[in-house]
Amino acid sequence: MEAQAIFDTLKGKFGDAVVELQSEGFSPAFIVVAPAAVNGIARFLKDDPALSFDSLMSLSGVDYKDRLAVAYHLHSMKLRHAIGMKAFLPSEAPSLPTVDDVWPAANFQEREAYDLFGIGFEGSKDLRRILLPEDWEGHPLRKDYKYPDFYHGIKV
Amino acid sequence: MSQDPAHGKGGAGASAPSGASAALGPEAHVMVGNADLFVNWARKSSLWYLLFATACCGIELMQAGASRYDLDRFGAVFRATPRQSDLMLVAGTITHKMADRVKRLYEQMPEPKYVIAMGSCANTGGPFYKDSYCVVKGVDLLIPVDVYIPGCPPRPEALIDGIMSLQKIIMQKKNYGAKA
Repeated sequence: MEAQAIFDTLKGKFGDAVVELQSEGFSPAFIVVAPAAVNGIARFLKDDPALSFDSLMSLSGVDYKDRLAVAYHLHSMKLRHAIGMKAFLPSEAPSLPTVDDVWPAANFQEREAYDLFGIGFEGSKDLRRILLPEDWEGHPLRKDYKYPDFYHGIKV
Repeated sequence: MSQDPAHGKGGAGASAPSGASAALGPEAHVMVGNADLFVNWARKSSLWYLLFATACCGIELMQAGASRYDLDRFGAVFRATPRQSDLMLVAGTITHKMADRVKRLYEQMPEPKYVIAMGSCANTGGPFYKDSYCVVKGVDLLIPVDVYIPGCPPRPEALIDGIMSLQKIIMQKKNYGAKA
C-alpha cells in the first residue's frame, strides 16, 4: 500500500490524532501522529490485514533543539511495504505510551531512547538504562547536554 | 682463534678457571650467578597475559597469539583469569562503565605485575579523545602502565616489539641488589 493510502486509512480511523503526512525527502514517508495515540495506532497498523506491519525495524529518539521526537520505522514482511511514524514531544518531561506490547522488540530500543534522550515510555515492561551505567546523570544525546567533569573520580 | 674463554681449553696457555670447571664434572649441582639476573630472566620468559580485549585491538592480539606470529615463543601465553596472569594487555577502548572492572582485574593480579597499553584508545582515548562522554582518555588514568604501543590497531609485529620492550624493562629491575 502506498504512503498516501495508509495515511488516508489512518485518518479515517483515528481522525485528529493523525496530524500530517511528511513525504518530501523521506523514504518511506512519515506519518506524524499525536503522542497519546501512538499505542492504538501501532496496534491497528500491526493487526489490520491490509496493513500488517509485523516488523518494527527501528525506534529512535530525535532532538530538534526546540522539541523532541520519536521515529518508528515499520515494515511488513508479508505485504512488502514500509512506512514511518513520528510523534513530536516537548523538551520538558517528554513521555508517550510504549509499543512493546505490540512489537516486543521495541523494549530495547525504547530503553535506548530513554537512556540517551530521557524520553519516558508509559506502561513499559522494563524501562531502565541500557548503555550507560545506572548512576549516570543526564541524557547525552540531548543537544543541551553538559558533560560532567568527573565520573567516579576519573576525568571525563 | 677463539675469543671465548669457555672454548679456550684446547688452545695454548689454558687458564686456571677452565681447568677447575673441568675437575667439577657434570655432577656438580651448584650454579653461582647474579640472583637479579636469574629472577628477571625467569619473569621475562613467562609473561602470561590476561585475556582482556575490549575492541578491535583484541583481534590483532588474537592474531599475534595464533600460529603465524606465535607469541608463545617469547613465553607469553594467555590466561583466562587474572589470578594466573603476570601481564595485563589492555587491548581496546575503555569506557567509564568498564573502568571499574579494569581496576578490579588489575588488583586481582598477583605481584609482580605489568601493564601494556595497546593501541590509541588505551593510550590516550584515540579517536574518542575529543567530544566523548563515555570513553576513558587513556588507561593510565586508572592503572600504572609500563609500555605504550601506538597504532590503530597496532600490527602483531608492533605488539611483539612492545612485549620485547617490556622484557628489556624487566631485565633492568633490581630485586635484591637495591637492598644491599
